[in-house]
Amino acid sequence: MTTVIVGLLAACGGQPARQPAPPKTPQRIVSLVPAVTEMLYAIGAGPRMVGASSFDTYPPEVRALPKVGGLIDPDLERIISLRPDLVVISATHAELGVQLRSAGLATFPYALGDLANVTHTIRILGTVTGLDREAASVIAGLESRFEAVRDRVKGRPKVRTLLVFSRQPGSLRGVYVSGGTGFLHDLLELAGGENVFAGVRREAVQATTEAIISAAPDAIVELRTGPAPASGEIERERRSWDALPAVPAVRTGRIFVLVGDELVVPGVRVADTAERIAGVLHPDGFVR
Amino acid sequence: MADVREGTTIRRRLLLTLAVFGALAAAALLLAPLVGSAPIRLRRVFDRSLPFADNPDAQIFFIARLPRVLAGALVGSALAASGVVLQALLRNPLATPFTLGVSAGAALGAMLVITFPVHVALGGLPAVPLASFAGSLGAVAIVYALATARRGGVSTNVLLLAGVTLNAFFSALILFVQYLADYSQTFRAVRWLMGDLDVAGYLPIAAALPLVLAAFAAFAYLPRALNLLALGADLAASRGIDVRRTQRLAFFSASLATGAAVSLGGPIGFIGIVVPHLVRLIVGADHRLVLPASALFGAAFLIACDVGARSLLAPMELPVGILTAMIGGPFFLWLLIRRS
Repeated sequence: MTTVIVGLLAACGGQPARQPAPPKTPQRIVSLVPAVTEMLYAIGAGPRMVGASSFDTYPPEVRALPKVGGLIDPDLERIISLRPDLVVISATHAELGVQLRSAGLATFPYALGDLANVTHTIRILGTVTGLDREAASVIAGLESRFEAVRDRVKGRPKVRTLLVFSRQPGSLRGVYVSGGTGFLHDLLELAGGENVFAGVRREAVQATTEAIISAAPDAIVELRTGPAPASGEIERERRSWDALPAVPAVRTGRIFVLVGDELVVPGVRVADTAERIAGVLHPDGFVR
Repeated sequence: MADVREGTTIRRRLLLTLAVFGALAAAALLLAPLVGSAPIRLRRVFDRSLPFADNPDAQIFFIARLPRVLAGALVGSALAASGVVLQALLRNPLATPFTLGVSAGAALGAMLVITFPVHVALGGLPAVPLASFAGSLGAVAIVYALATARRGGVSTNVLLLAGVTLNAFFSALILFVQYLADYSQTFRAVRWLMGDLDVAGYLPIAAALPLVLAAFAAFAYLPRALNLLALGADLAASRGIDVRRTQRLAFFSASLATGAAVSLGGPIGFIGIVVPHLVRLIVGADHRLVLPASALFGAAFLIACDVGARSLLAPMELPVGILTAMIGGPFFLWLLIRRS
């Protein structure tokens, strides 16, 4: 039985690898993680992809690949039948990882992390696939766009912002916001915002109405995923906030609803998200 | 002569019960809005010289806290009283407001609009509470149709079995709908199932209030009949109770209260079973006392749990349904062991 774990951590020199890297570069890759799928395409490993998760929609080519389930329902049989030599799984998929490795398949466990983890993961993927140069150029592209955003917001006062990524439509119930960790928090700070819930060291926080009023954000940025909103719906959703007139963002109307599934995917499109957030928080710094 | 004396005794006991449990509920209503994660000054809250829009203290009090307290009172009293009525109707101490499938129907309605968003708003109410109330009505109609299908009257056994089966069936549908949802919708759906009283306004409360009041008006007719019904339908009939009418009234009013409560706060568990049993331990089995006392105690209990929900992990919300179950579950087990 060959049991191989990709030397994920070793590649960055951070922590020792538990097992050696696979002997040759993988040629048949299955990815269960949409963020990693788009990184693989970006570094040119797209042609080696033989399967993707049921939630993968980007890049468009990925829709043509066989679907192998998602985070909660990976289809082990179908994965094995695709004869992959590398399977990208979520780090939370401990059991799946054991099953795949006992089938002799190499796995790449991916853990959700902060913004630095995005470029970090791209770099490791480059090493694993033998596409280091391509990976380096993707990273350089992302970093130069981050730098451009930083330059544009430099010297401008930070905007105290509430970053919302989920709530019950049409009401202010079940409002989930970004806490002080994770790539969304990092993107907000990069884009010249100051996260009003930075003090909560979690990625997702269900904020009470009381906490939102007392946090008194000057801007509210909502990230909206899922089906495209009907006409007028965005405006209706913005008006939901009228229930909290003491919040400065509500009084000044600085409530911005950004639409797109990519907004919550920590993949190669994070620079777009940074630019869009910076664009609404600091509109005069951006001529779009 | 004995009846007269019994009448005065029960009246005195009722007054005492109402006074004690009423004081408890009133204390919860008055104190809970004063407690929270953000420090507010009462003088500023009621300072009329400041415009409301410029007064965060007043907004925290009137938008963030008071609606939650009122919603907690409404949901808590509705669930506790429905629990009492259903336990008597089904002659089963384990019955809860959710036994007959009302909450599962409500949950299915909520899951459907969370997963397949539609934009319906009735007088400013968003789609989720509307759909969950519609779902609860659907479940009530199905269970009632089943329970009355075989013969003229309501068969409580069939009612119970139909309810339990419908619960299981709806749970399967809920899982299926969730399975079709994407992860962010699944997340919202799961969160809905944990219960939440952070309603951030009075409109949802105003919408649920008339329904709960109508159910309570019906409850007011029930206690004597429930006392006799608890001893058996035949005995109740021989003492002049219109059994069918009582069963119908009890079933529909308890379902209405439950449906309204669940669409306001989600399926908050354990209140409907823990509160009635605790109250029975204190005041005895007479429904003339148990029903009003449970409504008042249910209100106080849920208000208190919700103070924990919004303060314990502040600024993060702790789902109130988790708290009621964590307090209610062990307590109920203790009760079971103690009694047997």
